[in-house]
Amino acid sequence: MSKARVILSVEQLSKQYSGGFQALDDINLDIRRGEIFALLGPNGAGKTTLIGVICGLVNASSGRVLVDGHDNISEFRQARQRIGLVPQELTSEAFSKVWDTVSFSRGLFGKPPNPEHIERVLRSLSLWEKRNNRLITLSGGMKRRVLIAKALSHEPDILFLDEPSAGVDVELRRDMWAVVRGLRDRGVTIILTTHYIEEAEEMADRIGVIRGGKLMLVEDKHTLMSKLGTKVLTLRLMAPLTTLPESLNDFDLSLSEDGFTLDYGYRSTVSQPSDTPNNIAALLAALAEADIEISDMDTRQSSLEDIFISLVKEQP
Amino acid sequence: MNLQSVKALYHAEMARSLRTILQSVVSPVVSTSLYFVVFGSAIGSRINEVDGVSYAAFIVPGLIMLMLLTQSVSNASFGIFFPRFSGSIYEVLSAPISYVEVVLGYVGAAATKSTLLGLIVLGTASLFVPMHIEHPFIMLLFMVLTALTFSMLGFVIGIWADGFEKLQLVPLLIITPLTFLGGTFYSISMLPPFWQAVTLFNPVVYLVSGFRWSFYGNADVSIWASLSVVFLFLCISLALVAMIFRTGYRLKP
Ligand SMILES: Nc1ncnc2c1ncn2[C@@H]1O[C@H](COP(=O)(O)OP(=O)(O)OP(=O)(O)O)[C@@H](O)[C@H]1O
Ligand SMILES: [Mg+2]
Repeated sequence: MSKARVILSVEQLSKQYSGGFQALDDINLDIRRGEIFALLGPNGAGKTTLIGVICGLVNASSGRVLVDGHDNISEFRQARQRIGLVPQELTSEAFSKVWDTVSFSRGLFGKPPNPEHIERVLRSLSLWEKRNNRLITLSGGMKRRVLIAKALSHEPDILFLDEPSAGVDVELRRDMWAVVRGLRDRGVTIILTTHYIEEAEEMADRIGVIRGGKLMLVEDKHTLMSKLGTKVLTLRLMAPLTTLPESLNDFDLSLSEDGFTLDYGYRSTVSQPSDTPNNIAALLAALAEADIEISDMDTRQSSLEDIFISLVKEQP
Repeated sequence: MNLQSVKALYHAEMARSLRTILQSVVSPVVSTSLYFVVFGSAIGSRINEVDGVSYAAFIVPGLIMLMLLTQSVSNASFGIFFPRFSGSIYEVLSAPISYVEVVLGYVGAAATKSTLLGLIVLGTASLFVPMHIEHPFIMLLFMVLTALTFSMLGFVIGIWADGFEKLQLVPLLIITPLTFLGGTFYSISMLPPFWQAVTLFNPVVYLVSGFRWSFYGNADVSIWASLSVVFLFLCISLALVAMIFRTGYRLKP
């Protein structure tokens, strides 16, 4: 990837917490300018730790991070002013007002006051009516919006959203994604972690899967889905089966309770080992040989969620 | 220097203090007034002059110091402990702001607040005792330096503490005894020689003594010794703060 296209570069990053726990293990990752990157991984995978190291909240054990070419430690000012962070945990100074806390964030990041910008941000997050409320009087979802507003107050080039949907209802979530899309249209790079895989599927350009501190894969979303996507062929039978004939043992088949439906899981890619008879033609031939008649058939592509689960379950 | 950021931190901290202005001002004013009623009027009327001033006037500088020390430590320690406790410290840590600037913002605000309180208590005291300050500039210098130094110490405590107990332990167990034994209510020349010698290891003696010198022109120890001790303390606190930030101690895992 050309240097100009990379806005964030993580090189050989490892993190061992003081207790000895290895939370990140040799992470290498390039984020492209203007993309939405989704980081997926189970609880404890190291997502928040990775974001923490990039943003300066956690000391790395080794490796380095370049933000738009600036080392995040030796040139922390240039690096950090480009970054906005929405943390996973809801935290706030309970007694300050929405407007004040968002303006404070802008000042803290070294930007001169700009009430028009703050107003735009608050309006886009439907917080304008709440601007004079104390944070303690807001609901959890509203507090999360405030955290997003704080992160956007200084007009960052890169926005980190650590589990932005946690505790946010469907409507708020839709609004939030509209804001995220708007940001992307303006060229802001967005890196998010989420447990809602539909969200990654819907929003992200690229997806990284992290597990046990290791980056398992980074892939364009569509490539990922076609590469790893398994398909399921559902066959409706003329007559019910009680057991599967031995001749079908080689196929990944499952029979429904009533014996009328057969599900066949297969990979849609060409990279099948040729010695396994896992393909539709072979299955249909085998069924014909066993005198099993088919009344209807249907195929379904697995979702990112299925891919994710199968990846995360695989042993290293 | 990123002044915009320092200003933002400083203002936020001052605003936090202003939200609690009532207890910040009322409690030190009330407690000092009580000291004056009890020690200045009730007991003081039976005590002869100390070092050439009435007992009530004698205790004024010490009382202001007592208040200045405790307020500086508690303001600054709460100022940094609370965001650590609530987690909102993440924003400061991720901001393009250097450690020196963080300290300037937090410690500057805490020191400003306790200096203002010191002046208010001074004003309160002047209602009880007719007073004349011989070296007002030295007095102000002492106040500001002490406020800065002990705010810095409070900042360190606020970072070191991992619970509210520890946060209150240090002021209670160290600062208060040192101040009470630091010559606020007596001149160390009143002590037996052995205890006079021991007392000289108490840094607060130098603060109170120097501060009293700026009021009445005489003191237990020389003004230069007092000023040196204040500077020494300032340097120690600065070194502690620098070390904390270099290693990320208790701030960054
Ligand atoms: N300060 C710390 N000290 C020691 N271990 C830690 C610390 N913070 C996190 N860990 C450990 O590091 C691992 C990764 O944690 P991290 O918070 O990065 O996971 P995550 O992927 O964000 O998980 P989640 O989806 O639950 O948010 C976990 O096993 C966690 O227990
Ligand atoms: Mg996390």
